[in-house]
Amino acid sequence: MAELSNQLMALTVLAYLAAMVCYAGEYAFGKRSHIGRAATRELVGAGGPATYEEAAERLKPSRGDWSGRVAVVLNLLGLALHLGTTVTRGVAAERMPWGNMYEYILSTALIGAAVWAGVLLRKPAVRHLGLFATLTLVVLLGAAALVAYTPVGPLVPALNSYWYVFHVSTIIVSSGIFLVGVVPAAMFLIKNGWDSGKRGFPYTLGRRVGDAGTLERLTFRLHAFAFPLFTFGALIAGPLWAEASWGRYWGWDPKEVWAFISWIVYAAYLHARATPSVRRTTATWIAILGFVTMLMNLFGVNLFFEGLHSYADAG
Amino acid sequence: MTVVEDRPATAETPPPRRGNPLWALLRNSWRQLTSMRTALILLFLLAVAAVPGSIFPQRSVNRENVAEYFTANPELAPVLDRFFAFDVYASPWFAAIYLLLFTSLIGCVLPRLRDHIRALTTVPPDAPKRLERLPHHVGGERRPEDPAAAVAEIAKLLRRRRFRTRLRETPEGWTVSAEKGFLKETGNLLFHVAMLAVLVGVGFGQWYGWHGNRLLVEGTDQGFCNIVTQHDESVLGPRVDAGDLPDFCLRLTEFDATFQTTGVPKSFRATVDVSEDGGKRYRPETFTVNDPLRLDGANVYLLGQGYAPVLRYTDRFGAQQTKPVPFLPTDGMLTSEGVVQFPDVNIDPATGKRDPALQMGFEGVFLPTGGTDGSAVSQFPAENNPVLYLAAYRGDLGLDTGRPGSVYALDRDRIADGDLKKVSGERPYVLRPGEKWTLDDGTTLEFVGTRRFATISIRHDPTQGVMLAGAVLGLAGLMLSLSVHRRRVWFRVLPADPEAAGGSVVEAGGLPRTDYSGFGEEFAALTRHIKEGKS
Ligand code: HEM
Repeated sequence: MAELSNQLMALTVLAYLAAMVCYAGEYAFGKRSHIGRAATRELVGAGGPATYEEAAERLKPSRGDWSGRVAVVLNLLGLALHLGTTVTRGVAAERMPWGNMYEYILSTALIGAAVWAGVLLRKPAVRHLGLFATLTLVVLLGAAALVAYTPVGPLVPALNSYWYVFHVSTIIVSSGIFLVGVVPAAMFLIKNGWDSGKRGFPYTLGRRVGDAGTLERLTFRLHAFAFPLFTFGALIAGPLWAEASWGRYWGWDPKEVWAFISWIVYAAYLHARATPSVRRTTATWIAILGFVTMLMNLFGVNLFFEGLHSYADAG
Repeated sequence: MTVVEDRPATAETPPPRRGNPLWALLRNSWRQLTSMRTALILLFLLAVAAVPGSIFPQRSVNRENVAEYFTANPELAPVLDRFFAFDVYASPWFAAIYLLLFTSLIGCVLPRLRDHIRALTTVPPDAPKRLERLPHHVGGERRPEDPAAAVAEIAKLLRRRRFRTRLRETPEGWTVSAEKGFLKETGNLLFHVAMLAVLVGVGFGQWYGWHGNRLLVEGTDQGFCNIVTQHDESVLGPRVDAGDLPDFCLRLTEFDATFQTTGVPKSFRATVDVSEDGGKRYRPETFTVNDPLRLDGANVYLLGQGYAPVLRYTDRFGAQQTKPVPFLPTDGMLTSEGVVQFPDVNIDPATGKRDPALQMGFEGVFLPTGGTDGSAVSQFPAENNPVLYLAAYRGDLGLDTGRPGSVYALDRDRIADGDLKKVSGERPYVLRPGEKWTLDDGTTLEFVGTRRFATISIRHDPTQGVMLAGAVLGLAGLMLSLSVHRRRVWFRVLPADPEAAGGSVVEAGGLPRTDYSGFGEEFAALTRHIKEGKS
């Protein structure tokens, strides 16, 4: 079962990689009008949700369009394989698949991928973000497999608690959503730059992207959803478990420090967005900073610092 | 989230009295401090200030690591220490930031609380003159009833949807003002007040809490009672007196550990006898790593474990001393280091005088599972092949000088000075359980066997419950605040035909008071239902 999981992992990365190539193909060949129209219809949205197919029927699919469709199929295939990898891993270990850093990233990325797929199916107009979403997934999973791989094994006694299950599962789900949230955040900044006349490198990517306001709202929605979940996982369930296990609910262990930093930064994002005098671009940069602190916690802390969170052990 | 209309908060303070610049300065600073921008900056500062705590070892987390850092960077470390790099979370600059944030939070919450109560007790304002100027609007709906009946019907439907509703009669007809979503601000305030409660809880917890650590060896002869002198290390909050500690006694009667084949621990379980009446009656209890022993006024946590070899020394006069000595694990396979000291041996029964030069000390490693290659590294954490490697020293152990020394190492200075001499061979002597080692002077050391020990932490934090309640309420408030939206709707109902007095015309307008993209749909559905008379 453990080998099966590892083979599925390889296939997952390949599928995401292939999807990424196809998304890139669409990006290169896609007709602006087409995606643009789908996006605008989505925005107007008065007559029920616009589906991609409606728009597609009217226009003869172009090469880029086909590439995009294949990309979506590959992306969903990748998600199925990803799910398979995670489930077989859990079955092999006879427990929840989040006992060490490899499994932790695997599960976090799975949530991210599932949220992304959900957004993609409900709002096909966001397909143009696929290149970035799959890129993030490939990088995360690649790093997990190459840097953090750990053979299957049971949990050490401290992790054998039901609070631990709540703690880690909510953190995995919320970090997955935060990780996906950075995609519309970055695209908003790029699109906004393009709209205000910037024509340098990253901004040229904004040419084909949908409406800036929609991207900004999507960013906010994802963050506003993930924030309470993260609060529960990191600041309630985590301390409850730490209290039972180590006798103190909070001890400024490096993992705790960085969770605290991420939480504060995301709180600052919500504040900034609620303050009319702070520009939306500034607020969005704070969200991106939050993403950087999450990455720091996911990889940096595990690799650089020594702490009590033994599942942080890279191997 | 942005409130479309202005908050009245700061605008309402009375105009500054002229001629008192100090007062003006104070008030301006206060206003600055409690502004949203300052809150943002303080939040950032707090995040940045927390970073060094993950880079440098912290005394509150691991003292040994700090000591190691000092040895590794003898020049840099004292400089860093002056800036509290090893006590970041207890440092004055960290405290300065959170106290400012705390003040800002109070200064922010109080006026908002006042405004919110005012908003809750005032009626929704009358409809604006021109409803068509509002972001959402429908006009010209005809209804068969006359205005008074129509307006009552509309108000009933709105109330049923939990809108706060107010009817007003105007010269031309009627208006209905309705508002909903006050829970957003309620939730937001709840969240910020809960944050305050948690911050206060942290402070009180530090003042009134205490903890102690203790290494407890298995055996009824090795019991311990919860008094400061019997802790290996204790930390009492500034408001705690040593006499305040609850008195209970513990004896470790059994310790179970199971391991995987790789040596990674699977489970630990400690069985103890507990007495909460000062040692008169004992009752058995068990606790594990995730399930502490919760006693009245303190919790006991299982942190770690190890082995204590039991050693029996027989001196020149045939007197025997036996003691279990905990050896501290140095790796995951429980390779353990320790020292056994016998200061009161070789006392001539005839004179009763102790000769310090004849004190005995033994130093070495214990391996629960020794390898076949004779290296001093354990192969597995359980006792599959226990073996003890020891070197023997004779001479003044230096325990009488009153100088604090480690109980886990011999005094290096005395060894260097020659006061304490090595009396065993070049290589350490190998002992297995039951084996006896005869030393050069005919005295013997027997390795009787081993006992387990557990390291436990005894803690009390009186505010833990308050903080948990604060955190849970805060989360509830946060969720309300992020999911509820505040919005107003108005209806104006005029007679359809002033002459004929039959039927009415209804116009409606809606205003989301916070950034709420779904309001259009809600407004459309609401006006449609009102038109159809559905609730
Ligand atoms: C301990 C530090 C603080 C934290 C962690 C924090 C956290 C948050 C969070 C997460 C939100 C967004 C969710 C919500 O709308 O309830 C929020 C909103 C808000 N915070 Fe704070 N806050 C802190 C301090 C402050 C301070 C000092 C002020 C006053 C200047 C303040 C004023 C506000 C306001 C006015 C909102 C509502 C924004 C709106 O929805 O219009 N907060 N806070």
